Amino acid sequence: MSDVVVYSIVSLSVLGTLAAIILYIIAQKFKVYEDPRIDKVQEALPGANCGGCGMPGCRPFAEELVKADDISELNCPVADNEAMGEIAKILGKELGEKTPLVAVVKCNGSPEHRPKTSHYEGASECRIATELYRGESDCPYGCLGLGECERACKFDAIHINKETGLPVVTDEKCTACNACVVACPRDIIELRKKNKKDRKVYVSCINEDKGGIARKSCKVACIGCGKCVEVCQFDAITLENNLAYIDSYKCTLCRKCPPVCPTNAILEENFPPRKEKKKAGDSAANKS
Amino acid sequence: MLKTFPKGGVHPAENKVTASKPIETLPVPKTVSIPVAQHLGAPSTPEVKKGDTVKAGQLIAKSSAFVSTNIHSSVSGKVLKVDKVTDTSGYRQTAVVIQVEGDEWDESIDTGKELKKDTGLTGEEIRNKTLEAGIVGLGGATFPSHIKLSVPKGKKAEVLIINGAECEPYLTADHRLMLEKGEELMVGIRLLMKALDVEKAMIGIENNKPDAIEHLSSLAGKYKGVSVHPLKVMYPQGAEKQLIKALINREVPSGGLPIDVGTVVHNVGTAVAVYEAVQKNKPLIERVVTVSGESLKNPGNFMVRIGTPVSELIEAAGGLPDDTGKIISGGPMMGKALNSLEVPIAKGTSGILVFPENKAKRDKPQNCIRCAKCVSICPMGLEPYLLRSASEREMWEMVENERVMDCMECGSCSYICPSRLPLLDYIRLGKSTVSKIIRSRKQ
Repeated sequence: MSDVVVYSIVSLSVLGTLAAIILYIIAQKFKVYEDPRIDKVQEALPGANCGGCGMPGCRPFAEELVKADDISELNCPVADNEAMGEIAKILGKELGEKTPLVAVVKCNGSPEHRPKTSHYEGASECRIATELYRGESDCPYGCLGLGECERACKFDAIHINKETGLPVVTDEKCTACNACVVACPRDIIELRKKNKKDRKVYVSCINEDKGGIARKSCKVACIGCGKCVEVCQFDAITLENNLAYIDSYKCTLCRKCPPVCPTNAILEENFPPRKEKKKAGDSAANKS
Repeated sequence: MLKTFPKGGVHPAENKVTASKPIETLPVPKTVSIPVAQHLGAPSTPEVKKGDTVKAGQLIAKSSAFVSTNIHSSVSGKVLKVDKVTDTSGYRQTAVVIQVEGDEWDESIDTGKELKKDTGLTGEEIRNKTLEAGIVGLGGATFPSHIKLSVPKGKKAEVLIINGAECEPYLTADHRLMLEKGEELMVGIRLLMKALDVEKAMIGIENNKPDAIEHLSSLAGKYKGVSVHPLKVMYPQGAEKQLIKALINREVPSGGLPIDVGTVVHNVGTAVAVYEAVQKNKPLIERVVTVSGESLKNPGNFMVRIGTPVSELIEAAGGLPDDTGKIISGGPMMGKALNSLEVPIAKGTSGILVFPENKAKRDKPQNCIRCAKCVSICPMGLEPYLLRSASEREMWEMVENERVMDCMECGSCSYICPSRLPLLDYIRLGKSTVSKIIRSRKQ
């Protein structure tokens, strides 16, 4: 009886040891070296897997960070400067200066400004609607309001306002990952430079029609009159295809352009209220 | 047993209320706007500028590529502008806007009514005339006809199929054309046969048009090689591939053309237009449009100049009813809802339908219940429910593998779905995305 116990213990131990030796040899032979820093960098990244950096996810981005000699061009849109600083410390590489960006919706066509002329009943997706027809209003450029951007956002930062039917960006939550910009089939959303206290001055329209036609379809459309271009002292505003565009890198937020816009297409946000001027101007045209 | 195509198909209520209404000629409108992109392929290049005087039938935009065609003025008058004008989709497209002055036709056009049977022209000359006259497929797809007439090397057309199925409910434009212009149609078919060098032509007509079948059968005896075939009523029989299957029992391969199985399909309207172009030198500047709908006072079939605003047609049909919910350009199955009445009639507009509100509404979509009705009625043998969910999830590779490019957008799946799912909307999305992917792959 005891023989059986002894034999089985001995034979199993021999087998086990043999297997261990073989496994060890194989493991040594086919070992893949992985930089331990990749794990560390991945840990330091926010882990949103949003793809905003241009990589398929956080892991490939971490590998890219470790591999690259110069990481000044590589930027995680979600990570703040602190997190990126930590990554730079782990890798011992120079960090590039990152300009904080924020998504801005360039359409102000609420039903009040842009009356509905038809009713859409098809599948509730912007990319389908835009291929079918111009949308419920007369503006073939404006927001369709079916919420493609809202569904694309992984950070709960953009929502359709039920009253206006337009998307609203919550600036604190927006990480400028670019997902909504890609999702919008009409290219209404743009990433613009983030300013102090989330202050913004931008042309809230992308209508390239001639003034008369644009005005007919929407009360707050840019008509391409060029008044803002004249008033801007910093060459920040350009006029192309009947549409003004404010370069957010050149704009100094002097707020000279919003009052001269005859259609109130230039919006200023998060500014303190303007001081009442002696001359009766139309400066109070925009709500903050 | 009447012939039809074997796979799928639906039979919506026919509602051909205007079948007995003769074609009325609509008076020339005050202004017309003629879009330069009325056909499949590249838009034509405008040849006129603001202030020019044009005559009806004069060339105003020239074919710009292989798949493109000419466009002619449908009226006489002065060019107001060459500018962007809202088209059926609501987007603005380049169009020539003409202020009408009188009704003077180009001298080369024979406006006489008498039938001109004989032609000394060769096949090549007929083909060139088709391009010159700007003729496109008038069934709705608006594919330039001269391309269909040039048979590629190494292939041979054996039989010409003439499409008189008119399977869309409500539409009766082709039906009336067959009754009223039967002789012209027959000569047109002979011309097409000559251009294609075929000995045999088959006209397929659905059995709900017995008068047209009878009329054309009696005429067919006088024209060598032409025969008339009644078909069982089934939508979408007017689709090229379905009609070929029904008439000669051949199947066009996926991604192939009818010429791959030795046939070419032309619509009856196209055949009449070819007759007018070749024998009378008249370019494609007017067409028959059915204006129909339950609440319209005076629905009918109208001969309309290309570029006439839709509002004029509705006025002629007794004005817009108060309960209007939707206006459709084309048939109820494949047509497009309009969002303005000022859009012009184009070469491919076969009908204008005015639907009351209660009929126009789409029901709220429910969940897919896996009943597989869409699978059983799809005439192309696709799986619409699968294409929808794959498109929704952006699984484009799967969408492509499930042969989305074979879909002809007949709308039978959306029509039959008991859950009222917008199947076709998603399939269209898949189709357009996949075609973009295929194009970028080729580059």
